Amino acid sequence: MSRHVVIVGAGPAGLAAASAALRAGAEVTLIDAADQAGGQYHRMPPDTYRPFRVLDRCDWWPESSVWSLERHDERRPPRVHVLTGPADGDGRRRRFLDPDALVLAPGAHDRTLPFPGWDLPGVFTAGAAQALVKGERVVVGDQVLVAGSGPFLLPVAASLLEAGTRVREVLEANPPRTVLRGWGRRPWELAAQPDKAAELAAYAARLARHRVPYRTGRAVIEARGDGRVEEAVTARLRADWSVVPGTERTLSVDAVSVTHGFTPQLELPVAAGCVLRDGFVLVDGDQATSSPGVYAAGEVTGIAGAPAARAEGLVAGWTAAGGPPSELRLTRRRRDRARAFGLRLAAAHPIGQGWPGWLRPDTVVCRCEETSYESLCRAASENPAARAVRLASRAGLGPCQARICGPTVAELSPESPDPHHRPIAQPIRLGELAARSEAAEKESTP
Amino acid sequence: MRITVDGETLAGEAGQTIAGVLLAAGRRSWRRAPSGAPRGVFCGIGVCFDCLVIVNGVRDVRACRRRAQEGDIVTTQSRTEAP
Ligand SMILES: Cc1cc2nc3c(=O)[nH]c(=O)nc-3n(C[C@H](O)[C@H](O)[C@H](O)COP(=O)(O)OP(=O)(O)OC[C@H]3O[C@@H](n4cnc5c(N)ncnc54)[C@H](O)[C@@H]3O)c2cc1C
Ligand code: FES
Repeated sequence: MSRHVVIVGAGPAGLAAASAALRAGAEVTLIDAADQAGGQYHRMPPDTYRPFRVLDRCDWWPESSVWSLERHDERRPPRVHVLTGPADGDGRRRRFLDPDALVLAPGAHDRTLPFPGWDLPGVFTAGAAQALVKGERVVVGDQVLVAGSGPFLLPVAASLLEAGTRVREVLEANPPRTVLRGWGRRPWELAAQPDKAAELAAYAARLARHRVPYRTGRAVIEARGDGRVEEAVTARLRADWSVVPGTERTLSVDAVSVTHGFTPQLELPVAAGCVLRDGFVLVDGDQATSSPGVYAAGEVTGIAGAPAARAEGLVAGWTAAGGPPSELRLTRRRRDRARAFGLRLAAAHPIGQGWPGWLRPDTVVCRCEETSYESLCRAASENPAARAVRLASRAGLGPCQARICGPTVAELSPESPDPHHRPIAQPIRLGELAARSEAAEKESTP
Repeated sequence: MRITVDGETLAGEAGQTIAGVLLAAGRRSWRRAPSGAPRGVFCGIGVCFDCLVIVNGVRDVRACRRRAQEGDIVTTQSRTEAP
């Protein structure tokens, strides 16, 4: 009998995993919370959307959120609980699956450091700006400042320009020295990713053509406005991201698009019992996690872009399906090179330690509960235990459950909390949980 | 495609999310944080919960995740009011 492989996430990693698992002869169920496959990378407006061919050959569950992974037998992958229906609806269908192998590919989201005014409407993550313009042809503003750190700033600026927005400036917080040292230490690893290098060069050329300044060592340190962003204050930064006094400049804008890298979405791997290392899921050369029958691929194992996610997905899907390891030598090599690229990326675009210098006592650090920097520091000095900090300051207790402020709170309070443990991976209505529990259907085979 | 937001009719393109329709109509914020501060889209992909709205009577729907359907009745909500 062929193995049943369940894959969560239909981004570049999950799609690649599905095709490799099918090729290795497995039956595949591919699940994604979105109604279109493609993840964050392949976003298209619905009228231009072309479904991926691999979807025809697997059991494809769109609009399906995995809200819980239940470990019932330590030797087997966990049971996968799914809700199918319109996002956050109240009458969704509840189902569960007991796979022979589980591939987790849930991706990442932007990390945004707080700064005064980052809670004003008109401040968006760079991912939000990109998702809206690529997926819905909606631009976040007419005069946009793109700021933060990392190569992702370039495609975001390019998409906005293409949509007719005026991009005022693109600001990379790290100085050229850090960026060059990070990329340059082992340049052959970059040469092994010619597509990425060419892609970035094309974006840079587009910025130049539109005369958009790309400045390094400068960041947005404040957003101002009455009920919405009207101005952004930028400043020169030292290598550790502390502000060089007297270098502040004010820019009139109607939107700020900002990212300081990506945070992996770790709820599902943590629920599956996967061991983490340095904030990512620990995997071996087969993409196997520490949890039996559970594999991980894509941004949850490290941030290295879509080509890396694809290569990891191919390896994960193949091994999850029981494909012979010897057949994947080239893919593994590609995967290893892509991972090395990810390490360069992290070295070239680190977050400087000095960023809290741009916070003020009343700057909001937890957007949901509006916890201020001052009250977070006070709570941490009274009782540094993670739980006590949360209860005293309410940071992380709002609707997003610390998805946004978790990494920030961990950096700002001495005893770092575990920001990823959420018994419910995706919100579910109590009514759905109670009323439909008897109706939950088991669908163990596709 | 048309939806109603707090009684006002907004036109959107098929396939846009409720957040997309609101932004395209020039609205930046539609929710209030506990202090009353305005909130709209921040993350755009369902992570921050800043964009919550009531859709056809159902509270706490992430506007950035829900595709707008012809005739949807959207009401804005705030953290301070009772459910
Ligand atoms: C908003 C955003 C926009 C981006 N845009 C670009 C871009 O334009 N160009 C670029 O080069 N890189 C972009 N990136 C980086 C990009 O995410 C990665 O390079 C690549 O998409 C990673 O692939 P992945 O398969 O690991 O994850 P993703 O592509 O993120 O796919 C993960 C999938 O898992 C699904 N999922 C997560 N949790 C669950 C759950 N509990 N239940 C069901 N489904 C779930 C999600 O809906 C998603 O479709 C973007 C990142 C973000 C956050
Ligand atoms: S904008 Fe973050 S959840 Fe919708």
